[in-house]
Amino acid sequence: MFKRLPLPDTSAQKSVMVYFDGQQVTARDGDTIAAALLAAGVEACRTTPVSGAPRGPYCMMGVCFECLVEVDGVPNVQGCQILVKDGMQIRSQHGARRLG
Amino acid sequence: MTTHDLVILGSGPAGMAAAATAVTHGIKPVVVDEQPAPGGQIYRSIESTPVKERRILGEDYWQGKALIDGLGDPRIDYRPGTTLWQLTRRLEVGLLRGEQASMIRARHVILAHGAMERPFPIPGWTLPGVMTAGSGQILLKSAGLAPSAPVVLAGCGPLLLLLAVQYLRAGIPIAALLDTTSTGHYRDALRLLPGALRSAGTLFKGVGLLAELRRAGVRHVRHVTALEAQGDERLERIRWQCGDGAEWHYLSTPLLLLHQGVVPNTQVTRALDCTHDWDERQLAWHPRTDPWLATDVEGVAVAGDAGGIVGAKASAIQGRLAGLGAAMALGRAGEEQTRKEVKRLRRDLARETAIRPFLDVLYRPAAHWRLPEDDTLVCRCEEVTAGELRRMADQGCRGPNQTKSFTRCGMGPCQGRMCGLTVSELLADANGQSVAETGYYRLRPPFKPITLGQLATAAEDASR
Amino acid sequence: MSARVVIVGAGLHGCSAAVHLSAQGHRVTVIDKAYAGRHASGVNAGGVRRLGRHPAEIPLAMAAWERWQRMAEVVGDDCGFRPVGQIKVAESDADLEALTGRERQVRSLGFDHEYLITRDELCKRVPALSPHCPGGLACDGDGYANPYRTVTAWRRQAQRQGVSFHEGVTVTGLEAHGSGWQVQAGRHRFSADILINCAGAWAGTLCQWLGEPVPLVAEAPMLMITERLKPFLGPVIGATSRPLSFKQFENGTVLIGGGVRGEVDSRRQVAETCLGGLAENADTVVSLFPFMHEARIVRTWAGIEAVMPDQIPVLSRSSTSASVIHAFGFSAHGFQLSPISGEIVADLAMEREPAYPIKPFSITRFQGHRSSG
Repeated sequence: MFKRLPLPDTSAQKSVMVYFDGQQVTARDGDTIAAALLAAGVEACRTTPVSGAPRGPYCMMGVCFECLVEVDGVPNVQGCQILVKDGMQIRSQHGARRLG
Repeated sequence: MTTHDLVILGSGPAGMAAAATAVTHGIKPVVVDEQPAPGGQIYRSIESTPVKERRILGEDYWQGKALIDGLGDPRIDYRPGTTLWQLTRRLEVGLLRGEQASMIRARHVILAHGAMERPFPIPGWTLPGVMTAGSGQILLKSAGLAPSAPVVLAGCGPLLLLLAVQYLRAGIPIAALLDTTSTGHYRDALRLLPGALRSAGTLFKGVGLLAELRRAGVRHVRHVTALEAQGDERLERIRWQCGDGAEWHYLSTPLLLLHQGVVPNTQVTRALDCTHDWDERQLAWHPRTDPWLATDVEGVAVAGDAGGIVGAKASAIQGRLAGLGAAMALGRAGEEQTRKEVKRLRRDLARETAIRPFLDVLYRPAAHWRLPEDDTLVCRCEEVTAGELRRMADQGCRGPNQTKSFTRCGMGPCQGRMCGLTVSELLADANGQSVAETGYYRLRPPFKPITLGQLATAAEDASR
Repeated sequence: MSARVVIVGAGLHGCSAAVHLSAQGHRVTVIDKAYAGRHASGVNAGGVRRLGRHPAEIPLAMAAWERWQRMAEVVGDDCGFRPVGQIKVAESDADLEALTGRERQVRSLGFDHEYLITRDELCKRVPALSPHCPGGLACDGDGYANPYRTVTAWRRQAQRQGVSFHEGVTVTGLEAHGSGWQVQAGRHRFSADILINCAGAWAGTLCQWLGEPVPLVAEAPMLMITERLKPFLGPVIGATSRPLSFKQFENGTVLIGGGVRGEVDSRRQVAETCLGGLAENADTVVSLFPFMHEARIVRTWAGIEAVMPDQIPVLSRSSTSASVIHAFGFSAHGFQLSPISGEIVADLAMEREPAYPIKPFSITRFQGHRSSG
């Protein structure tokens, strides 16, 4: 859906390695999790607890809660609000959360 | 629990300007923002954007630099990446930074948390691949991300046109711009043109955007009256209609960006139980404020788009006014001393907002874009359709707090942000009553979900 | 003979009374200052509970429970009633002793719906519970229902039976008129042969006008609800020595409440939640279900409820007027009683002797109480 613009400065940005459902994803320093996933071609990051429908980031500004993902074991994190960090383990969420 | 003179929520134009003004009166404000960097949505990522070529994002964007520099003042306690999850009428402020919850107390609060995009409930709007124009712009500014295939932009309003032009300047092809502006609104808006000329600069910029799109030969489809996103598991194609019963046009696209204006984000002012009025011209709720932008909750003011859509420049002016208001409320400035400045600010504000009636009328979304058909989802979280809500109205539900119990509409993780306006308008329509009579969700903390563990930590903090 | 009945308060008890009285052919009008179920009736925890009732309430709760089994026949909706059982858990040996005493007390009153369960049985029924709990007191067939759906079902049934509802109308005065009443409500005026006070937290005002003030306190029991979680809990869980009501709905959300109080803002007529109480409740939950530490709260709220000093309702004829019936002050546990309270009110209104012992609920027990203003 999205690609990096071939801008002169972008190559100067540091790369950051994160994992999405175990797969390595190369992000850029300063990306939010949601932006990094979109750049990596991830369209849906969760399925809903109601009907199991796939959902992906929608508003990118913290309003819609569609980009919820599990980050380093913490579920229901708004992917559009948190910046990527090297080695971050991001997981898609399916249906309702299991605790314990 | 530590006490601070002034807590400002949001570091967009209004919040930054309020903080800068407060500092000049000897106040050391705390500025809280959920985003990792200052600027709000309008000046998002100025300091870090990979899109350095100035003409792509445009000069209006780069003007935000001065305000952001001001936020670097060491007397401002700027806290990025910090979420407000609670604000009581006693001005106890609940914050969440990372996984850490805390409580502080404020003597005065300025809410400058801005706007959000108006819900745009069309069939298929929950499919991955359907996003908002605002999200497209955020991705462009913050990460240099742009559509990888020709994109479809649909809806109306200045942001939609601006994004189209920014994409063009960045060399991104636009498959179609589907314009939902109602035919009659051009005529209605024309009558307001003389007033709008007082903010001629803004007006000419808009005309310039349209000309740029025309020169680039963008497929600009006007008078679109129906639009659907289709696909299995993700967006595959869209279809639209120009007029009832007209033929359907189809277009394959992986990405549809929707926009039909912005509305105040009233989540916090609602939870505080500030009085809100329904603004029929802006089709939105506004917290009621006095000339100092103070709400009817003691010690709480609202500046910028959070109090009613005024745009970035007017938001900054309101921020300064609210900052002065705070200085006066805290006894740091007298009326005498600020009179001249206030007079100038009010004059500037009047000039900057003169174009609003024109824009509000021109880009007012038609009823069918706000009151979707029965099969369309209204509440994205709990997957409640317009039809279910209409059935609730038939059963005697007069307002959104009643439908909530039956349908869970508004009770998912977004806490009603994405459906609230639609639900109020739908129930008003179905019950034959005004939106004001219908009312809005009663909102309660936490403003964003917090864990039981964080709740306990916050309570300990509050009792210290 | 058909009487004109005016009911003040469109909560559960007002609406239930309206259903029962209109079924008997009376002309019923219900007045509410907001709307049906606005306060405690619509936003309570929805416990359908006989477990742990005040001894005076047990006969009523047993009768109400029978009616809960056939709510769909009575009001056209099962109200979301789920008889998943309720268990009061002991957190310590002292708690277990208290529960043992309770079981003995209930049996001595001639009931056997509450019975002790062992640590093993508790663990079997609630595998998610922390293993430190030595046992519990169970009541099979108890459960929960959806409060707003319930009050709406009562209201709609009443409307089907011809009851007229006036919402957003505040009673401003009472005037005796022959053996009946003129009820003034702003510019509205209603004539009543019989007046029924189901005004919940606002019932005290009517009592004062009638010359029989009561020591009613408006309180704001708080609740919080989580995000949807994978199913881990069947029965409704209560604690023995601290306030707790804990249940997971079919949709996965978990409701936490049970008595911690918020604040009532009487000027704005709203209930505010208080952080301290919520955290206390959270603490109880986490000690019983440690994994709940990570559960996210989506919403907290409180409803305004009338609480009497002895924690049981006023359900009786007025002591000053033969044509006034009171049903209020259910002290944050009236939800389950709504099917029976309306029946009793109808009996009292029509001067029949109710089939249940209601003497403990007489308003006369507060005689001598002076209004504090």
